[in-house]
This record gives sequence, structure tokens and C-alpha cells, in this order.
Amino acid sequence: MSDELKLYEVFVRSRRGLDHKHVGSLHADDPEQALEYARDVYTRRSEGVSLWVVAAGDITASQESDCDSFYDPLDDKPYRHAAMYDLPEGIDSL
Amino acid sequence: MTVNEAVKTYCLRLGDDALILGHRLSEWTSRAPFLEEDIALTNVALDFVGRARLFYQYAAELSGGDATEDTFAYTRDVREFSNLLICELPRGDFAFTIVRQFLFDSLALLFMEKLKHSDDSRLAGIAAKAEKEATYHVRRGREWMLRLGDGTNESHSRAQKAVDELWGYTNEMFEVDALAATLIEAGIAVDTEALRAPWFESVSEVLTEATLTVPDTDWAVEGGRRGIHTDDLGFLLAELQFMQRAYPGLRW
Amino acid sequence: MTRSFQTRIDAEQKIEPKDWMPEKYRQTLIRQISQHAHSEVIGEQPEGNWITRAPSLERKAILLAKVQDEAGHGLYLYAAAETLGITREELIDRLHTGASKYASIFNYPSLTWADVGAIGWLVDSAAIVNQVSLQNTSYGPYARAMVRICKEESFHQRQGYNIMMTLMQGNEQQRAMAQDALDRWWWPSLMMFGPHDGESAHSAQSMKWKIKRRSNDDLRQQYVDQAVQQALAIGLKVPDPALAWNEERGHYDFGDIDWEEFERVIKGNGPCNRQRLAHHVEAHAEGVWVREAMACYDKKRRSRRHDAA
Repeated sequence: MSDELKLYEVFVRSRRGLDHKHVGSLHADDPEQALEYARDVYTRRSEGVSLWVVAAGDITASQESDCDSFYDPLDDKPYRHAAMYDLPEGIDSL
Repeated sequence: MTVNEAVKTYCLRLGDDALILGHRLSEWTSRAPFLEEDIALTNVALDFVGRARLFYQYAAELSGGDATEDTFAYTRDVREFSNLLICELPRGDFAFTIVRQFLFDSLALLFMEKLKHSDDSRLAGIAAKAEKEATYHVRRGREWMLRLGDGTNESHSRAQKAVDELWGYTNEMFEVDALAATLIEAGIAVDTEALRAPWFESVSEVLTEATLTVPDTDWAVEGGRRGIHTDDLGFLLAELQFMQRAYPGLRW
Repeated sequence: MTRSFQTRIDAEQKIEPKDWMPEKYRQTLIRQISQHAHSEVIGEQPEGNWITRAPSLERKAILLAKVQDEAGHGLYLYAAAETLGITREELIDRLHTGASKYASIFNYPSLTWADVGAIGWLVDSAAIVNQVSLQNTSYGPYARAMVRICKEESFHQRQGYNIMMTLMQGNEQQRAMAQDALDRWWWPSLMMFGPHDGESAHSAQSMKWKIKRRSNDDLRQQYVDQAVQQALAIGLKVPDPALAWNEERGHYDFGDIDWEEFERVIKGNGPCNRQRLAHHVEAHAEGVWVREAMACYDKKRRSRRHDAA
């Protein structure tokens, strides 16, 4: 029988008001245990107020080969950024 | 015996339980079944060493004079230690450690919930902190009991063996002697006798869910509170106190 | 592909797990990261030996937390290695068969309490000098693990130095204990940086791939400059007759390492090589039934849920 445990990715919210951020991964038997180990492994120094764990196998990720078709077409749309628009002198709160 | 002296003795009992059990847990560091559990077990060990320090610090204040937390941990001999016997038994295999923690922590949680309301505000403060730790310990313990009890044949038989070997040491956890009775009367200590039934209920429930058998036995060992220990405690202290015994009275 | 990979490296862009990478880059990383992970985990032992004998409750708590961090760091690093397509089980297997190494310094014994001080101060300082430079390593997961590790390790060297300082403020016996520990750990700590730059088998390619960011000798010099000053500040004598401040270079000159000793310990002839490995093999083997129980319980529970649904 295999004794290999499953891989989980761990996300920590460091303060109220902030996003959960990926901090690393760990091995566990089930999501509940992964959550407890996440507490023991990744919040030993009060790094968090909330934890998420996700089975690594459940994450769908974009591939490097997707880069050209995913991201490049977005590079030529400067009109989405405020910096493209000039403002007259003296106007700084727009 | 004055109330202060009685409270000090009470603190030492609770401190000794925490130190000796924490010491056994600390023996696991670098030896756990896998890394995540190595880290988790060490966290629990740290909780117990921390708990011991709080009880000893209060005992030191009540003693007056030069006593510190380390005086109690490092300069008393076996007969002066008053921990429960269940705390000092050698660490055994992982099942033994998990079952011992589960049996002990299940009571610790009920106990700290009560001690939190002690008329002695210092004890109440320590208990409030310990209750939070114990809540986590019991949660962890319960899940491990299920995994081991309801896991493979081997894990089941190891867990059952541990339950059977430890059961006779649990009776002592509830006993109320004269000193405890006086402090219970004064609204300071916890009536452990009254916790016997709720403890049995919650422990049996988990054992049953874990497909383990609740022992039906009347063997019950006691002695720890009176300083009558197993042979194991002497060896534990020899290791724990090595530095203070080899180089008495120095700062490290 | 190889060229665009190198272009990305030269532009200081990080390589991430799903990116194409030369097979040799992948293998070099697996070798280096797993060696690093094994070192953290085997490194639990020499200090861990003293957890049950620590001289005060505060020291006991500090040491537990410190050794626990080593386990945590091992875990972060195994996780980083796993992103390269190898399992932790395989990595541990390589450790057990001797195919993968760990830092040789952990093959020395920790004989007295002062050794706990010396390890925290010297071994962790040397490790940090190396790890700080690796925060900029080209492989993303490794770099991020390093950032986390460096942040956590700052207390390690301080608690070690604090033990040494306390000993040096103690009686003659304690001072002798501290000096003895420094005498035994000084040279092995210098060896941690590896062979001279010219003789390092993997250095050139690793520098080109920016896996390694600074040379062995460069890092060693930085460490010596720091550690010598720290030793002097508390009255310890560094066991190197050739040690002298070089005004012109702005660095300490120091004697050459006994490379025969270095090779001897790497080849397995240090005082504790066998014990360190045996300890790990034993704990891992004793854990098999636990890990099997977990897998079995999980399977049972899933099928029960399935039946219920």
C-alpha cells in the first residue's frame, strides 16, 4: 500500500482586510488535517488570521504555452491605464 | 498549611504534569512519522513546557525567597515530584503517545474550563490560556484516534494496546485528596471527581467511533501526587536535570 | 529554447515550475535543493540531542522552537524540490541510499551544552550568509523558500550567540566549555561553503544559470569577517594562528582548511555519519505504519461518504 500523502497548497490571510496569499505547500491525509498542519507549519509566528488549503491536484493552472495567446493581446491596450491621459496643469485630483 | 502553601502545592502538581508530559513529547522532535507531524508534535510540546513555566512561576511567587521556575524543575528529586503517573510513562510508539495525549487532553480541556473560573485570579488566567491550547490538542487527538483506530489492522491493534496499557493510569487523574478538597471548598481548585463522568462519556464516544474497545477493568494505579512514581521518572529526571546537577547553581 | 531560457535568466527573470527548463538545470536544482532540505532535517539531530537536557526551562523552549524551525525549513525545501517533478518519498529514498548528501557539518557530535551555542551561532550564521545570497536564485520556488527561511532564521544565530555570551560571562569552567566548542566547530563551519572556487565541480554552470549567486570563497570571506568580530567581542579566541586583519584588503586573512579532513567526513568517516543517517532511517521506517493507517482511513471514509450520497 502506498504511504504517500497528498499535496496541499496553503494560503494565509495575514491581517483582516488583506487577500489570502500563497505561502507554500505541505503533505496531509485530508483537508482537515492539512488545515491543522498549515496552522502548525505556516503560522508559528502569528503570520495569519485565516487559512485556506487546497488540494494541489484541484488547481487548474495556465501553461507557459498559453502565454502568447493569453497575455500578449492585452499589452497593446494602453487606454485601460490612467497614465495614457494627459491632464492640464493644476489638475491633480482626477 | 496556609492557603498560600496549599495553592503552591497545587501549582506544583499542575506544573509537574505539564513539564513531565511536555518532556516526553519533546523526545519526539526529529523522530515523528513525517515532517508535518514532527512540527505539530513539537508545537504541542511547547504548549506543555509553556504551561509548566506559568504554574512554576506562580509557585515561585508564592514561595517568596529566591525560588524560580527552574528551582522546581531542576532541583527536586523524584519523591518531590507530584505529577500523575500517566505523564511519566516512556513515550512508546506513536499510538501510545497519541492515546496518552488524547486521554490526558480530554480531561485537561474539561479541567481548564472549570479552573478558568477559579477564585484565584492567577490560576484562572493560566487556565484561560491553557483551555485554548487544550481545545486544539483534543481536536488533533480525536482525529488521530479515528485514523489509528479505524485505519489498518496494525494501527488498530497498536491503538487498542495503548488504550489497554494506559487505562489503569487514568483513574488517578480524578482523585481528590485532602489538599485538593480544601481548595475545592475555597473555590480555588477544580473538583476532578465531578469530571469523571463527562470525561468518560466523551472519551468513550471517540473510542467507539474509532472502532476501539473501552476497557472494562478495575486495575487502577495511583501514587504520583504523593511522590510515589514508576521507575521511569528517575531516569527522566536524570536527563532533564543533568546540567543543573553536574554544574550546580550556574546561569546558562 | 535553451537560448531564450538563458535570456530570461540574464534578464533576472525567475523560472517557475511550469516553464521549460534544460534538463540539467532541473537536475542541478533537485540535487541542490534536496541536499539543502536533507541538511535542515538531519540538522535537527545535533541540537535536538540537547532538548531533553537543556539547562533551564527557557532554554528548553527556545531550543524546541529552534529545532522545530529546522524541520519547517526542511519541509519548505522539500516542497520547493517537489515542484520540479520529484516526490518527497523519492528524495528521502535518495538520502537513505546515500545518493543524495547533506551538510557534512552535522556529522560532528554535540558534546556539551556549549555546542548548542556554537551550532546556533556559527553553523546558522554560515548558513544564513549562503541563504541570503540564494534569495535571488533564479528558480522561483527556491527563492521564495529562502526568503521565508531567512526571515525565520534571524533568531537562530542570536540565541546561539547568546548562549556563548552567557557562558563567557560565567565561571572558568563555562568559559572553557565555550572555547572548546568554538575550537571544534570553527573549521567545520568554514568547510560549509565548499571547495575553493577553482575546484568546485558545479560552480561555473550554476553561476551562469544564476542558481548560485556568489562564489564559495566570497561567501566564506564574508562569514569569517563577521564571525571573527563576534568571537572577539565576547572574549573567545579563534583557533587559527594565521588569522590577521588585512588593512589593504579590508578583510581578515585566514589559514587554509584541512581539505583531507573535509573529504574524509564527506566520504562517511565523520564521528556521527552512521548515527545521523540511522536515526533518520529508523524514524522514517517506524512511521510507515502510521502513514499507511492514514491512507487506509481516508479511503474508508471516502467510500462511506460515497455510499451515503
